[in-house]
Formats: sequence, structure tokens, C-alpha cells
Amino acid sequence: MDDFIIAGKRYSSRLLVGTGKYKDFNETRTAIEASGAQIITVAIRRTNIGQSPSEPNLLDILPPTQYTLLPNTAGCYTADEAIRTLRLARELLDGHSLVKLEVLGDAKTLFPNVVETIRAAEILVKENFQVMVYTSDDPIVAKQLEEIGCVAIMPLASLIGSGMGILNPWNLQIIIDNTQVPVLVDAGVGTASDAAIAMELGCDGILTNTAIACAQNPILMAQAMRKAVEAGREAYLAGRMAKKLYSASPSSPAEGILPAQAK
Amino acid sequence: MIQLIINGQPRHFDNLLNLQQLLEQMSLQNKRLAVERNGEIVPRSQFTEQPLFDGDRLEIVVAVGGG
Repeated sequence: MDDFIIAGKRYSSRLLVGTGKYKDFNETRTAIEASGAQIITVAIRRTNIGQSPSEPNLLDILPPTQYTLLPNTAGCYTADEAIRTLRLARELLDGHSLVKLEVLGDAKTLFPNVVETIRAAEILVKENFQVMVYTSDDPIVAKQLEEIGCVAIMPLASLIGSGMGILNPWNLQIIIDNTQVPVLVDAGVGTASDAAIAMELGCDGILTNTAIACAQNPILMAQAMRKAVEAGREAYLAGRMAKKLYSASPSSPAEGILPAQAK
Repeated sequence: MIQLIINGQPRHFDNLLNLQQLLEQMSLQNKRLAVERNGEIVPRSQFTEQPLFDGDRLEIVVAVGGG
């Protein structure tokens, strides 16, 4: 079996999904079920003090018994903020240590601040967190994050929420070739073909939120993403044919072709 | 009467004894949440033993949708 292993735990789905930007909890749950994802990201935020006590909580509809929850540090701009958020997440999730670290550097592009990311990763790994880390597609930074002890390296394919697809497959390829832990594309996937392209490059998985939640039909897009990740993985394992520029080769026999009819 | 700063907002309470009682007054007991008091996480198992004092700053967080 072609299982996907993160921090020693086996998963059958290589598609990880976010839980933000959905119309309501019902759509969130239905889309996530359709995606087949087993690992789902959540954000940690101040509780809304005024809300009615009977209002459902995200974890009521996506229980930790059914999914591996991946708390993130979205919105954090320093290592200290990210570490504080994940310590609270660990308390909230009863000691759960698998986390998604992201430290942003700029509110307009949401580009990661890799210096703060590295600083946070060093401390979190020492505190026994299992860190899946969002980073730029810089192969040297990716290597450093792996050496620190992150359990997965998650370079962007393009900006968070942009849906611009795989803008630099060559950098991703270098990161994939030089990394022993799983490499996941996180950010930039816009539609199913983007996910398939990343998987064909040899990525171990995909993390996407906006491409599903902001599709015209999120449930259908969730299904499409699931199939694209599976198709891309199978194509990668199958090994694609060599590209042959200006070297056409017919698929049908060259012999036995009917001769041209005499006029 | 004591004043607590909860998620950045000042709030006033009478006769408050501990964190668990505060959460009950706010109808937040038995919710999946985490609490930080003056920058330190209070483990859930210690909610009933955690006294609160005038001027304490509390952060109460939950999991929400995110990517």
C-alpha cells in the first residue's frame, strides 16, 4: 500500500484541507467529507464572549475522534505569537502535538517570514511539538527546517488564497529531491489540475482551503481535489513517459495501412 | 467587585472565587477551550483551584475554521 506517514502515523488520504471560509458548518462538514481528508487544519481564536451558549463549536461537527486536527498559527507575525498560539492549542486539544506552523511577514502578500519561522520551529521542536511548517519555496530554508526536526515541509506554490497554482515547479522539485520528510504544497492551489501537477512532481501531499471553500460548488470541488491528488500520485508512481520534442511516434502500426485508391 | 480583562474587554464580577466559577457564569463550562491567565496557560484540571484577582488578564480561546 502507498501509505502516507506523518510523524509516525499512517494516513490513506494525501489531501489535507482547511476549515475556513465556508458558508456554514453544514457546508464545512459536507465538503470535508467529500474531500476524504483525514487531517484538517483549524485556527485558534479568542472565543466570542457574547455568543449564545448553545451555538455549535467547530469541534462538535469535526470531532478529534474522527479527524487529526492540525491547529495553525495563521495571523501570527512573530515566533513568540506562533509559539503562544500553539501552546494554547496543545492545551485545548488535550496534549495533541501535531501542529502547522506559519509565521507571516507581510499582511498584503501573506508571504512567510522565514527567519521567525526558523526561530519558532527550533523552540517548538524542543518542546516536543511535531511541526508541519509552512515556508517559502526556498530549498535552503526547507533544508534548514528539516534539519531542525520539522516533520513535514510545506512550501507555497503561490500566495495563500491566491489560487494562482504552481508558479515555480523547479524549486518545488529541488525541495522534493533534497528532503527526506514529507513535502506538501501548502497555499496556491486553485483547482484540481494544480493539485495533480504538484503530486506528479512528487509532492507527498497537498494542503488546500480556499480552492475548495471558494469554489462555486465547494462539495463538487472537494471531490475533484480528492481525485486529482489520487490521480497525480498514481501518475507519479507510474512514471511518466519521456517528453520528446519534435519526435512524433504513432500509436498505431505503421504496416498494413490501406493504399491510396486509384482514381 | 473585581475587574477582569477577558479577551481584551474589561468585565466586572461580584464574589468571584475561581476560574471554573467564572466560566460557569459566562456559560462556557464544559466547552472545548483553553485559558491563559496573565500570560500563563491554566491547565483544565486546575480550573477549580485557580483563584482570580482584581486586574487579572484572561485569554479564552477556541478552535475555529481556518486554513
